[in-house]
Amino acid sequence: MNFDPSVFWHYLFYGPIVDGAKLTLIMAVVSQTIGIVLGLFLALGRLSRSKLPVWRWLSGIYIWLFRGTPLLVQLLFVYDAIPQMTGESIVLGSITSGIIALSLNEGAYMAEIIRAGIQSVDPGQVEAAKALGMTYTKTMRRVVLPQAVRFVIPPTGNEFISMLKNTSLAEVVSAQELLYNTQQVYANNFFYFELLSVAALWYLAMTTVATWIQSRLEQRVEYRNTIPNRGGLFGFAFPGMHRG
Amino acid sequence: MASERPLMVQVEDVHKRFGPLEVLKGINMTVRKGETIVIIGPSGSGKSTLLRTINHLERIDKGRILVDGQLMGYRETAHGIKELPERVVARQREMVGMVFQRFNLFPHMTALGNVMEAPIHVRGLKRRDAIQQATELLNKVGLGQKLASYPHELSGGQQQRVAIARALAMEPAVMMFDEATSALDPELVGEVLNVMEQLAHEGMTMLVVTHEMGFAREAADNVLFMDGGVVVEEGTPEAIFDHPRTERARAFLRAVLQSSRDER
Repeated sequence: MNFDPSVFWHYLFYGPIVDGAKLTLIMAVVSQTIGIVLGLFLALGRLSRSKLPVWRWLSGIYIWLFRGTPLLVQLLFVYDAIPQMTGESIVLGSITSGIIALSLNEGAYMAEIIRAGIQSVDPGQVEAAKALGMTYTKTMRRVVLPQAVRFVIPPTGNEFISMLKNTSLAEVVSAQELLYNTQQVYANNFFYFELLSVAALWYLAMTTVATWIQSRLEQRVEYRNTIPNRGGLFGFAFPGMHRG
Repeated sequence: MASERPLMVQVEDVHKRFGPLEVLKGINMTVRKGETIVIIGPSGSGKSTLLRTINHLERIDKGRILVDGQLMGYRETAHGIKELPERVVARQREMVGMVFQRFNLFPHMTALGNVMEAPIHVRGLKRRDAIQQATELLNKVGLGQKLASYPHELSGGQQQRVAIARALAMEPAVMMFDEATSALDPELVGEVLNVMEQLAHEGMTMLVVTHEMGFAREAADNVLFMDGGVVVEEGTPEAIFDHPRTERARAFLRAVLQSSRDER
């Protein structure tokens, strides 16, 4: 068994490898973002106490389905089965398929994380908000979600780290992400050891940065922080920087 | 005379049950503008539930509640009464300020942020005006130095005073206090009661559930004694405390006076 360092160094910043890493990062960020938004709505649906339990049921079925089947199967479904189902009228590219499958899958996991976060907020908070005349939407946006964020950030960090690694599954639908491009290279030169080491190092670098960002975010949502926040669309995500 | 003032709260034959347990068994009471009504009674007597039905945090099973002439939480239709949509109920709740036993301040906002929150996001006040109003209110409750403090940096008494300022910021027609001093350390009770007494003397309409008999004597226009989901006795503080007519009221007052003596 011999490891050739010069091969390793040559390919570490080789164009297709770097491009693959870029695509991996983009797919992970986009899918995680969509997954969080999807998860928020699924969590609210699951917690809905309206007389019509439709939303509760739909959310429950969704989560059951997407947590209960392998991500790889979901990915192949989107890429191969949808064209067949729709008589080739819907054919999705490999990157699009990858992002769709990763997002749909992530939504199910984020739903459970966000639901647990919302449920960990003291019910007295909701009562106080209601007593002040806040509607359900205002109560959620201004009072419950900013507090739930503190519970949601650590598991979401874990999810994002998994997401970075799970993008490698999109290799099976020929999305030209990091692993796919790595394989393309070693298929021609047979330097498996060196090239898989290059890929592993890139994944490690990305997950390390993700971990660092997570710990920064956790500090940021501490209540002591007094940096003024101008509010805005995502103002609720940074309660530590709350206006006032 | 107080009896000629307009009615701010009218509770008529209100019934409420939780499963098999009927906690309110036909409550009738009124609060007139500027009056302070104190409700006393053993725990489990339905006092807190009654307050919570008045701002429709709890639905009622029978009867009706009017605040400033408006039917709370429901509308009368040809087919009986129907619950109002959430948005309308939210507007009605603006008329009723509520102070909770456990403060329930928003932990992610400063004292100032807590007080400004509803004026800006519910009443639509301009930020500058809301800051000015919140600062005045926090000064009024003696916390002008604590505007930028987060709840966890404040004592229980300070937190409860912020909660009072927060409720006042909505300029409610009625203020309700649900055992506002019960969760406080004994040495912090006084600072909260002082604020409440000041409000009562300024003519705020108040409905107060409390175990503080001293406050009831000092500030109440009328005292209601509740037990087992009914109003057992009602009268001036002197009548209730010095000449209770029912054995249940006498037994309760004896027990309360005994326990407050034990604390000293």
